[in-house]
Amino acid sequence: MKDTRWRLILIVAVIGLSIWSFYPPETKIKLGLDLKGGVHLVLRVHTDDALRVETETTVERLRDSMQRAGVQFTKADVVSPTEFRVEGIQDDAGFRTASVDADTNYDRSSETGGFSFRMKPNIVNQLREQTVTQALETIERRVNELGVAEPIVARYSGADQILVQLPGVSDVRRAKEIIRSTAQLKLTLVDQGPFPNRESALQAFNNNVPTEVEILPGRQEGGGTAGTAGTVFYAVKRAAAVTGRDLRNAQQSLDEFNRPAVHFTLKQDAAARFGNFTQTNIGRPMAIVLDNRVMSVATIQGRITDSGQITGINHDEMVDTVITLKSGALPASMDYLEERTVGPSLGAESIRAGFISSLAGLAFVVLFMLFYYRLTGINAVISIVANLVILLGLMAFLSSVMTLPGIAGFILTIGMGVDSNVLIFERIKEELATARGARAAVNAGFDRVWWTIVDTHVSSLIAALLLLQFGTSTIRGFAVTLIIGLLSNVFTAVFVSRTAFELVLSRRQTAAQTLSI
Amino acid sequence: MQLLNNANYNFLRWKWHAIALSAIVILAGLGLIAAKGMPLGIDFSGGTLVVVQFDQPVTEEQVRNAVDPLPGEEVVQQYGDVSERRMLIRLPQTEGAVEGNSLEQASSNVEAALQKAGLPKFTIVNRELVSAIIGRDLQLRGIYATLASLAAITIYIGFRFRFSFAVGAIAATLHDVLVTLAFLVFFKYELSLNVVAAILTITGYSVNDTIVIFDRVRENLRSRRREPLDKIVNESVNQTLSRTIITAGTTFLAVLSIFLFGGEALRGFSFTMLVGIVSGTYSTIFIASAIAIILSGGKARAAAAASSGDVVQGGKKQKRAKAS
Repeated sequence: MKDTRWRLILIVAVIGLSIWSFYPPETKIKLGLDLKGGVHLVLRVHTDDALRVETETTVERLRDSMQRAGVQFTKADVVSPTEFRVEGIQDDAGFRTASVDADTNYDRSSETGGFSFRMKPNIVNQLREQTVTQALETIERRVNELGVAEPIVARYSGADQILVQLPGVSDVRRAKEIIRSTAQLKLTLVDQGPFPNRESALQAFNNNVPTEVEILPGRQEGGGTAGTAGTVFYAVKRAAAVTGRDLRNAQQSLDEFNRPAVHFTLKQDAAARFGNFTQTNIGRPMAIVLDNRVMSVATIQGRITDSGQITGINHDEMVDTVITLKSGALPASMDYLEERTVGPSLGAESIRAGFISSLAGLAFVVLFMLFYYRLTGINAVISIVANLVILLGLMAFLSSVMTLPGIAGFILTIGMGVDSNVLIFERIKEELATARGARAAVNAGFDRVWWTIVDTHVSSLIAALLLLQFGTSTIRGFAVTLIIGLLSNVFTAVFVSRTAFELVLSRRQTAAQTLSI
Repeated sequence: MQLLNNANYNFLRWKWHAIALSAIVILAGLGLIAAKGMPLGIDFSGGTLVVVQFDQPVTEEQVRNAVDPLPGEEVVQQYGDVSERRMLIRLPQTEGAVEGNSLEQASSNVEAALQKAGLPKFTIVNRELVSAIIGRDLQLRGIYATLASLAAITIYIGFRFRFSFAVGAIAATLHDVLVTLAFLVFFKYELSLNVVAAILTITGYSVNDTIVIFDRVRENLRSRRREPLDKIVNESVNQTLSRTIITAGTTFLAVLSIFLFGGEALRGFSFTMLVGIVSGTYSTIFIASAIAIILSGGKARAAAAASSGDVVQGGKKQKRAKAS
């Protein structure tokens, strides 16, 4: 009897804690994207971009040091993102000294006519890893700027994949653009232009554009409102005076015609550099380039030190540009591999459908258990309901997400509870038939099915655990619900149900031979 | 109340009939899959799927005509009840398009095509874009998860029971997976992530049923060592029969409520579960024990069979001895 009292206290405590944990459910139970509405995105980071930049910079530095050391060469070109070639070296010893820097990250091999440099495999891996991490951090900052509640930004299955989940986002297109925008800002000199099309720009160089110049599209200045203006092309210097890395801050502002603009300020060292640059180039046109698009071109009027403005954009572009500039540039471009969007109305309907089907399933099971097992059926109902309460409590406690398949997991948990109870009850019935008295029958019933229950739960757990590896939140929600439900079912079907039996039996004065089962 | 009083059916007499029936269903299903391929949902095939809600009623035909000019073979289906005025439009992965941008493009094309056709106003309530890379990745994971689940459960059962029983249990589970796949093909359900989740749940569920019977066989083997194995197995099936039927029946009806009220998104999932539950119960009664007996050498004496792999449960055995 004393034993039973402690069991009761434990059960009441567990149930109480569970209810406290998930009450009120509207705020404590987290809903998945399929119920709340929102978007699930998987991005792939083109880590090759970052490798190419590294190789290009290395070649640039090597050229520099060769020129300074007076080492003659005919060619120094990037072959692939991880490889470059240097040709026409006469002074071998001089070259070896000049290329010390490049040798730290690249393996050199001499070939006929020159040298080939290949990035070391561990450096490749390290750079790729670093690029994805950087991209992840940048996306995190942008998502935070978007003001989404409870977003998820995480590494996904592939080494170069990133998962982004934005619950409750309605303007998916804009969110996608903001996340993906590389936000590569640079201020650089205009070499020639504008040209009406790419062909005429190329002709200006006799179709032989020098390596230090690139042709970029831009918006026609003063040509009507933003967006409707025609596209023109500029030849601009590749080497930027200032890049996005030099930014200290960016904010929304207005230009002199009260049109939307982005005002930015530079870090101290960049400001000094920019001051010198503008001083020496007074009277020349300078372009503000964002993501390989010339945003605006202005003639340098005088020395500019620490700030500038991006003009010629509409209000939405202004808002988004500030977000992307502030969060920093992405180290590489990305594309979307997967998108799943659920509108909030569909989510609300799914909640209703899930709720109705759960209640229908539960009601049916309760009625059947009471009808078939009569008074003992109450024990089963108590243990099944207790199981659902503990399941909800643990889900809230672990902040696991409720999804539509997760609701199906609830119904399967009800089924699992029925299974264990039926198993025990049928056994008790059999034992009662051997006429050894109710108490002996109950004890034997629970003892004999214990290992069966362990076996069945372990095999179901194995299947549920393997579901966890699917990255989509809906399936994970299902798997987590099933796992928690299985674990708590062992407690309720065996411990809670047995305590209920003990209570019934202990109220009887004589050792009864019967049981309402 | 008692569902079945002292059930005593000779299930094992039907073992060859049962195996033949299952073989026919499975072979027909596999044949159909081999001939036409398993219909894959967007999760595995990749492509673009949009669910569009119209302000005014439209027919599938109208929508089909509107999106017909788009590249690839489009699928247009009523989504949910007719009164909800929703249409599901699915475009395949276009040739050579791996990039996510082309998926986005396909979805915009659908919108443009619908607008051009002069259909009533609409909003997109659900949109899924899956690239081939993700599709392949999920395919591999789905296959891997199902095989790993079967293997892990075999190992567990092999550890807890003797080998021939483990083979019987896993054969029954594999049987259920194959029968389920066959019925998915018969009723033209696509293999989606949700369906794979249901199939994995079935592997766990089907083994549950089998374990209950095998546990009983093991128990009976201990007390009645002189009787033939097939007699003991048949009796064990009968002893647990009312439990098998009640559990399967209640779970079936609970899942039926998802099938009926759970909405379009869970239809494939609940259908798979329904088939799996029926097949699981059938295979538990007819297939699992039949195979276990065939592997144990037919009418082998229980004594010989039991000694070959009695279970490691020291504590439990002692308790038993005391009880009886």
